[in-house]
Amino acid sequence: MSAEAKQLLEQIHSSTTRPWTLMEVCGGQTHALLRHGIDQLLPPEITLIHGPGCPVCVTATERIDQALALAEQPEVILCSYGDMLRVPGSNGRDLLSLRAQGADVRVIYSPLDVLELARQHPERQVVFFAVGFETTAPATALLAQQALAEAISNLKLLVAHVRVVPVLNQLLSDPACAVQGVLAAGHVCTVMGGSELNDLVQRRRRPVVITGFSAEELLQGILRCITQLERGEARVENAYGKAVSAEGNREAQTLLKHVFEPINTIWRGLGVINQGGYKLRPAFVQLALDHKDRQASNEQTAEQAECPSGLVLQGLLRPSACSSFGNRCTPDHPLGAPMVSSEGACAAYYRYQR
Amino acid sequence: MCLAVAGELVSISEHADPLWRMGDVCFGGVLRQVSLACVPEARIGDQLLVHVGVALTVLEPEP
Repeated sequence: MSAEAKQLLEQIHSSTTRPWTLMEVCGGQTHALLRHGIDQLLPPEITLIHGPGCPVCVTATERIDQALALAEQPEVILCSYGDMLRVPGSNGRDLLSLRAQGADVRVIYSPLDVLELARQHPERQVVFFAVGFETTAPATALLAQQALAEAISNLKLLVAHVRVVPVLNQLLSDPACAVQGVLAAGHVCTVMGGSELNDLVQRRRRPVVITGFSAEELLQGILRCITQLERGEARVENAYGKAVSAEGNREAQTLLKHVFEPINTIWRGLGVINQGGYKLRPAFVQLALDHKDRQASNEQTAEQAECPSGLVLQGLLRPSACSSFGNRCTPDHPLGAPMVSSEGACAAYYRYQR
Repeated sequence: MCLAVAGELVSISEHADPLWRMGDVCFGGVLRQVSLACVPEARIGDQLLVHVGVALTVLEPEP
């Protein structure tokens, strides 16, 4: 641990006089906190709740089922990010197992690779399963604009992008929510800036500190959040100035505005989040695959009984307190998405043995 | 997915439409083409934060 990190830890210890509960929003931050052992080095008064910032974890089962059904069509090349391929749908199958049975499912690194794939295979229907927060949505928006500009006709987007601030607003509005301060996801703020968070703080009266991903950046975020709480303050603070400006990235915001409009959408385990997702605007209709949602079924209830991921995503259940954790549910045989993803809280607890 | 990778911009392919401006970014020795559509201010030598093939910010140099 660096001298800077040690000093920040000491400051946190000397600043903390009462119990405080903080939530780090981003799953990447959860993994980093555990990797550095920060959760074990903080004063016992500080509780960290792991937030819903894992896009793979919150992608609706309905959307995964839809991707599975598309991948089964022989003319389709279905592509998405690697983690997405291992998330089980409602019947327990995943895209990787479909690929093993012969479906053309491909891992892509960037949405711009999808454009190349569509150009190379004009005879096939290329489907991009577009997931992620405001960090990956600009890349999808760019793909949509480029596909339209090039008049690519064999590309469809299954859009499952989600928005961070609406879900925070909904979580913090719950009277049962224990979170007193929020460490906001640094890279979402790189795109969106701080203005959305100002509205959130006004409504929900909790300090929100924009936080990075290294040990020092995480400790800096925690220190600033604790300092505000101890003083009884609630405002937006930027502890990740290296990568976040107050206004965010205007070009990326323009792309998002141009291509997407906010919609109410289902988050896996959390239900419908008001304005919690994006869909393509009418100008991009030729690229759009409509969402196919079904009524809540017994299948879903069975899934939730086996994997209480919704409780984990709301911070109401510690991953290691789940009865399936580490025995029936492991990263090799995940029952739910938080055990799959490199950003999932359960995978972090498993990997770092908490 | 929200974890970005930082790398140095080593060359730029200019384009009349900023939507198509691309650059080669060096990530610890590995070169990749990334879109510069969201960082019109990016210059060769800048450290860029890249998400899924799109540069989203020019990092402030460390003090």
